[in-house]
Amino acid sequence: MVNKSLAQRAALGDCLAVLGCSVCAAVGAALLLTSNSAGMAFHGLLLLVASLAALGCVIEFSFDSLRQIPSGYMDGPIRVATIAALIWGVAGFVVGDLIAWQLAVPALNLDLPYTSFGRLRPLHTSVVIFAFGGNALIATSLYVVQRTCRARLPGRWAPWFVVWGYQLFLAVAGTGYLLGITQSKEYAEPEWYADLWLTLVWVVYLAVFLGTLAKRKEPHIYVANWFYLAFIVTIAMLHLVNNAAVPVSLTSAKSYIVYSGVQDAMTQWWYGHNAVGFFLTAGFLGIMYYFIPKRVERPIYSYRLSIVHFWTLIFLYIWAGPHHLHYTALPDWAQTLGMTFSIMLWMPSWGGMINGLMTLSGAWDKLRTDPVVRLLVVSVAFYGMSTFEGPVMSIKAVNSLSHYTDWTIGHVHSGALGWVAMVSFGALYCLVPWLWNRRGLYSMRLVEWHFWTATVGILLYITAMWVSGITQGLMWRAYDRLGFLQYSFIETVEAMKPYYVIRAIGGLIFFAGSLIMAYNIWRTVRGDEPIDAAEQPRIAGAVGLRPAVA
Amino acid sequence: MRHEVFERNSLILLIGILIVVSIGGLVQIAPLFWVDSTIETVKGMRPYTPLEQAGRDIYVREGCYGCHSQMIRTLRDEVERYGHYSLAAESMYDHPFQWGSKRTGPDLARVGGKYSDQWQADHLINPRSVVPESIMPSYAWLAETKLDLRETADRLRTLQRVGVPYTEEMLDKARQDLVTQIDPDSRAAREFMRRYPKARVSKFDGQPGLQPTELDALVAYLQMLGTLVDFATFDASGPNLR
Repeated sequence: MVNKSLAQRAALGDCLAVLGCSVCAAVGAALLLTSNSAGMAFHGLLLLVASLAALGCVIEFSFDSLRQIPSGYMDGPIRVATIAALIWGVAGFVVGDLIAWQLAVPALNLDLPYTSFGRLRPLHTSVVIFAFGGNALIATSLYVVQRTCRARLPGRWAPWFVVWGYQLFLAVAGTGYLLGITQSKEYAEPEWYADLWLTLVWVVYLAVFLGTLAKRKEPHIYVANWFYLAFIVTIAMLHLVNNAAVPVSLTSAKSYIVYSGVQDAMTQWWYGHNAVGFFLTAGFLGIMYYFIPKRVERPIYSYRLSIVHFWTLIFLYIWAGPHHLHYTALPDWAQTLGMTFSIMLWMPSWGGMINGLMTLSGAWDKLRTDPVVRLLVVSVAFYGMSTFEGPVMSIKAVNSLSHYTDWTIGHVHSGALGWVAMVSFGALYCLVPWLWNRRGLYSMRLVEWHFWTATVGILLYITAMWVSGITQGLMWRAYDRLGFLQYSFIETVEAMKPYYVIRAIGGLIFFAGSLIMAYNIWRTVRGDEPIDAAEQPRIAGAVGLRPAVA
Repeated sequence: MRHEVFERNSLILLIGILIVVSIGGLVQIAPLFWVDSTIETVKGMRPYTPLEQAGRDIYVREGCYGCHSQMIRTLRDEVERYGHYSLAAESMYDHPFQWGSKRTGPDLARVGGKYSDQWQADHLINPRSVVPESIMPSYAWLAETKLDLRETADRLRTLQRVGVPYTEEMLDKARQDLVTQIDPDSRAAREFMRRYPKARVSKFDGQPGLQPTELDALVAYLQMLGTLVDFATFDASGPNLR
């Protein structure tokens, strides 16, 4: 027998879902028929098709809830986000490597608008940050919040909407760049209507996350959830402020940002640096705080350190934006504030790194025996390296050399590949057997291969960019004996070529590693028995399938 | 320990986070809107002509900011290479700003007038025809694509709404002004020049006919970059001292 009010609430949820799908379908149809931009009409079509598909699913699976009440954890949407992270990751890496080759061999731009560097570069950054990283964050956050709260996600449809709504946002944003629909703010390129859709998805995501916290059966909110919550609400704040724009009309894909010039620059880099701080750092620290202790079966090194780490990190990060604008027309006081806080940021960053690394106390041998642990730990080491490099580059004297050069690109990638991607790989390798109820990964040796290809790829990439960036920065400011600038700009471009090739090779190796992961995870999901079960730690298997402790 | 308050109440945790992450942004961003010295007092700045703005929209659409900055820093080598360091006033009508973050190609803040229209058109169609070592993509399709004029006035009106001082006259004549700017022999050119001082009237893409192409617009935009402010009257001290 089912509680009557529960059944009523389920029916209400189903009705709202049907209503929501219908409204979205109507909006999609309206855009399709009225927009003066072919790209926007195409996006209307995408929304229409997605809404109708969602409507079909809701009708198919709803209104029969009287027979079954959901129990246990809700993992369906998490499985979707996990696979999505994998697919988007591979796509983002290959586009990244393509544009890396374009810089070495310009003919690869193919002389087409859709394949030129200028349009592909935001596609690469968005797919890697928001599609690969974002799906990894959604998957892990929804997994972690349920386990650490011992509560199921609220709502029958809301978590599904978050996951699929987010994929629709990514599809609209990504195809938009290729069609020339962009507002040009770095890492915030999607136009106004994609931004509105993301806002809707994000509010539901926040509600689902908070709803799970509210239902929790544990008295304390676990530290990983503090970081996830800070990530979700701060990204909401950044997104709303930075994307404030007025569309030319409701049927036009074009809008103009309300800020201009120096204010827009400051707002953009307040956003841009905190997309790094809260999307690529706080969120992934949530992963670190759950998956490292879980995988090595040890408690977090220091509870007190995690409190200090959390509050100082989120307070200081938000000030660091102006270090992207040193020696520009931004007033000096703002530049100095940005530099000062960026240097201070080194401390909480390393506090977090120490907390993650020292969690291995007494379990350092796992670094040798479990390549998944190695991925997680090396990611934290890269986190430490790039959060040291960042403060150094924020010093005005250093920045005068490094800014506008490939050094910045190298720095971003030591963070994005070394930290974000590696910690995500580690988390995905943990999650897949747990979510699909497998005894372990298909092959631990393939994880080993992935670890080494990824590491070698990253090292080639960042060393090439250090050399090219510093070389170019020095060439720009070199004077000859008569006091003239020694090099024309194009000579500095020519000097970059070998490094661009090395970087592209590094990227290719990293991409190859991601294919190994995709194969391994596909075999695991398909249900193939592990080929090296004896080499896998107990924790690799799903709960209930782990061998008894001897 | 007092931290328990945050760990046991999700809403208090949420509010705590919001307060802590708001402070930095408020301190750094808000004053830029009301401290007068943020934007220098200069002579010569005006809104973009309809053709220049259309070119700017193409610059944004093609992601040019990914490789080109428009911000000359206050460093000796940059001032010698590119010209006077950029002023905040020079991007006061830029929605959004295009300062950029990377120089795979050179800075463009003062590229206006540095090369001929023909050089710019040739370079965009095939960069390696004029700079053999260049790694820039070719933008040949811009020469063949007719400029979309359907939204010309609406776009300027939207910019007016977000604070660019376009007059009603400028909005009324937007479409006419756009076509005029590529027609050097027209009567309307004089009236256009009164509305937009220092603008250049030219068939920017070098192609015959008076059909504006995307290449016309982009070259018109590039050719005006950094040319507006009168540096003879610019005083870096006094109210402009920061």
